[in-house]
Amino acid sequence: MNSMLGGYGALDLTDWRGWLCGRVLADMGVEVTKVEPPGGDPDRMREPFYHGEAQPEKSLWWWAYNQGKKSITLDIEIPTGAEVLRSLVKKTDFFIENFPPGHLDALGLGHATLQSLNPSLIWVSITPFGQDGPYRDYRATDIVTMALGGFMSVTGEPGRAPLRLSFPVSHSLASLQAALGAMVAFHHRQATEEGQFVDTSAQESVATALLNALPMWDINRVMIERSGRFRSGLSSGVKQRQMWACKDGEVAFMVLGGLGGAQSNRALVKWMEAEGMGNNMLSSMEWDQFDMATASREFHSQAEEAIGRFFMAHTKQELHQGAVDRGIWLQPVSIPKDIAESAHLAARDFWAKVPHPEVGEDIIYPGPFFKSTATPIQVGHRAPLVGEHNQEVYREVLGLGDGDLEDLKQKGVI
Amino acid sequence: MGRLVFEGLKVLDFTWVAAGPILTQSLADHGAMVVRVESATRPDILRMAPPYKDKKAGIDRSGYFARFNTDKYGVSLNLNHPRAGSVIRRLVDWCDVAVENFTPGSLKHWGWDYEELRKLKPDIIMLSTSNQGQTGPHSHHPGHGGILTSLAGFSQLTGWEDQEACQPFGALTDFITPLLGTIALIGALEFRRRTGEGQYLDLSQYESSLLTLTPVMLDWFANGHQATRMGNRSPHAAPHGAYPCQGEDKWCVVAVESEQEWLALCRALGQPFLTDDPRFTSLDKRMQNQDALDLIITDWTSQRTPQEAMDILQKIGVPAGAVQDPAEMLEDIQLKHRRHFKVLEHPEIGPQHYENPPFHLSRTPAELRMPSPCVGQHNEYIYREVLGMPDEEFVELLVDGVLV
Repeated sequence: MNSMLGGYGALDLTDWRGWLCGRVLADMGVEVTKVEPPGGDPDRMREPFYHGEAQPEKSLWWWAYNQGKKSITLDIEIPTGAEVLRSLVKKTDFFIENFPPGHLDALGLGHATLQSLNPSLIWVSITPFGQDGPYRDYRATDIVTMALGGFMSVTGEPGRAPLRLSFPVSHSLASLQAALGAMVAFHHRQATEEGQFVDTSAQESVATALLNALPMWDINRVMIERSGRFRSGLSSGVKQRQMWACKDGEVAFMVLGGLGGAQSNRALVKWMEAEGMGNNMLSSMEWDQFDMATASREFHSQAEEAIGRFFMAHTKQELHQGAVDRGIWLQPVSIPKDIAESAHLAARDFWAKVPHPEVGEDIIYPGPFFKSTATPIQVGHRAPLVGEHNQEVYREVLGLGDGDLEDLKQKGVI
Repeated sequence: MGRLVFEGLKVLDFTWVAAGPILTQSLADHGAMVVRVESATRPDILRMAPPYKDKKAGIDRSGYFARFNTDKYGVSLNLNHPRAGSVIRRLVDWCDVAVENFTPGSLKHWGWDYEELRKLKPDIIMLSTSNQGQTGPHSHHPGHGGILTSLAGFSQLTGWEDQEACQPFGALTDFITPLLGTIALIGALEFRRRTGEGQYLDLSQYESSLLTLTPVMLDWFANGHQATRMGNRSPHAAPHGAYPCQGEDKWCVVAVESEQEWLALCRALGQPFLTDDPRFTSLDKRMQNQDALDLIITDWTSQRTPQEAMDILQKIGVPAGAVQDPAEMLEDIQLKHRRHFKVLEHPEIGPQHYENPPFHLSRTPAELRMPSPCVGQHNEYIYREVLGMPDEEFVELLVDGVLV
C-alpha cells in the first residue's frame, strides 16, 4: 500500500509529553522506533490503565500515542548505550526528543555530534520554553505552559481562578507543531540533503492558539476577560452566551453576524416559531443587517432568555439533529459516549479496531486523521511491548549477532 | 537571509476564516507563494470582525484577519460570475497545491471540485478541510471552530467540577487541525516528488482533532469511563492549580508531581516541617487533602507577585508559572528572547505583532515578510505578471465585475 513517508525512519526518545509527534509520523508511514530505557519508559505507568490494571503494558496513554511504533530498550545514559545510539542515528532520518536542554550534550549525544554522524538528520526537540532564553531551564507541566502561554488568562469563570483544560492540550499543540517543523525540515532535506535542528517551544505553541486575544490587545487595547459560558471581547463590551443548558446536557450556539450567521439565526428563529416558542424581537430581526459589534446588552439578554427557554425544552440529541436538518450553527457539548456513538463518524467508517492479543480483545481507536485518494493512513498495530523489537532492530539495522546482543544484555545496556 | 524552504511552491488558496488560512500560513511564512482568492462580494468573516484599526470597521482594517494571513498574496475574484471560470483555469494551471475550506459541495456547485481540477492538472494536490469531512450525514452541517470544540469533546473537559462546562478560549480545533493539514500536504508533496502522482485529501476538523483526545476515547471504549472536567486539578500531581497573587486578578500556577518537587516546595514556602505533616506524606495523601494544601500555598502566593512566586519556585526546582494576559505576553522576556513576535507594518492597520512559528529551524527559519493582503491588493501582479493575462482582458474582467 502507498504511504506518504514509507521507507523513512525515526528514533523517538520522548516521554509522554512528546509521544504524539512520532505517532503522527508513524501514521504517515515513517517507521518510528521508540527508544526506551531498560525496563521500559517510566511513563508507561501513566494512568488511566486498561481495566484499571496498573501495569507498564496497559497504560492507555501509552497505547494512544505509541500506536504503530516499534520499541527497543537502550540505556543511553551509559557510554556503551550512547555508542549504540550513535550507530542507530547514522541509519535514521528523524530524531525526536524532549529532554531538558543540555541533557543529551552531557551524554556525548549533542546535536553537533549526531549531525556530524548523519548530516541529513532532522533533530526534533520539544521543550517547554525552547533551547535558549531566560526560562530555558524552568520546569513545566501542562498547566505551567498553559499559564505562561496565555491560554489560562482567558479561560474559566469570572471571579474564579483561571483554568486550563482537564487535558494536557499544551503537549498536544507542541507535539503537533514539532511534527510540522519536522515535515518542513524534511521538505528542505529532500531538496538539499541537509538536515537541521527543529527547536519547538510549548509556550509558543500555546501562544499561537489564542485566536483573537493578542490582536484585541495589540490593536485596540481591549483585554478579553474570562467569561465562562459566555464570550467577551465584542466591540460593544457585552458578553454573549455560547454554552447553554438543555434538557439533558449542554449545547454550544452563538448568535453571529455575516451571511452564514444570518442563515443560522433565521433557521433557529423559524424553528422556535414553529413550536410556538417564538419571540417578537427575534422574529422581527433583519438578520442580514445584524452586526455583532453593535448588538446591545438588551438584545443579548432578550435573545438569551428566549433561546435558553427553547433549548431547555429539548434534549441534546433533538437539538443536534434539528440543527443538522436546518443548518443551524449549533453543536452538542459532547461527552466521550456521544462521540463514540456518533452516527456521522460511523457512516464515515472512522473508528479503527486494533487487535490487542495480550488482553484478548480488539480495542476501538480514533481512525485516520485524514482521508486520501492516493496514500490513505494505514491504522497502525497496537503500541509496542517493552523492547518488543530489540531482536529485529539490533540484528537487521545494526547487524549485531547473538553474542553481541547477549553481551549488551549482560551489561544492562538493552 | 537564506533560501526559504518552500520557495517555488505555488499554492492556490480558496480558504477563509481560521482553519483554512492557518493551514496555508505555515507554507507562506516558509516561502511558498500562496495566492488567496477572495471576493469583496462575500468577504472573509474575519475581515468583518474586531479588532479594527482605531475601532473603525473596514474590510482591510481587521487585525483578527491579519493574524492568519501573513506572507500571502491577495487577489479578488467573484466565483459567482459566469466568467470566473477562465480565471480559475489559469490559476489551477499555475498552482501545485489547492486548498479550500468551504462547506462541502460549494466548490462543486461552482464547477471546481477535485475531479475538475484534476482534468486541468493531473498531478494537482488538493486538500479540502471542513468541520466534519466531505462525506457522511453531517458533512453539510455548517459550523465553525467555536462550536466544533464542543462537538469534539474539548469543552466538556473544561471547567469546574461543580459547574457546567465552560468554553476553552477561542476555537481550539482551529489550532489543532491546520497543523495536521499542513503536515499532510507536505507528505503529499513528498509522495508526488517520488511518484509524480497528486492526490485529494479530505481533512475533517472533527476527526483530526480527536487524534489528540485518543487517551480519553480509549478510556471510554476500553473502560467505559467518561473523562470529565476537574477544574485545575490533575490525577497525576498535587498541589496542582492556579493560586492568587498580589494585584487584581493575578495568579501563579504550581504543579508538584514528584517527592523531590514537594520537598523543594516546602522549603520555598519556608515550612520544611510540612513534609512530616501526616496529611501530605505521599502523593495520594496530598491528593486527598488538596483543599488544605491549597490554603497553605495561597497564603504564600498572595504575598507575592506572580513573577516573584514563579521565579522563587522555579529556582528551587518547582514547576510554576505566571498566568499571563495578552499584554504580559507581549512583554514576556522569554518570548522576546525567542523573537516570537515580529512587528510588520500593514498599509491600513499600521504596526501589528505577528507570530513566528513555535518551531525554530536552525538552517531555514521562517521569515515573516509581508503583512496580510488587502482585498485584491495583488490583482495586477498575480493576474498580469504571474499568470500573463493580456492587458485588455485584465481591464475587461475588472470592468465586468469579475475581479472583485
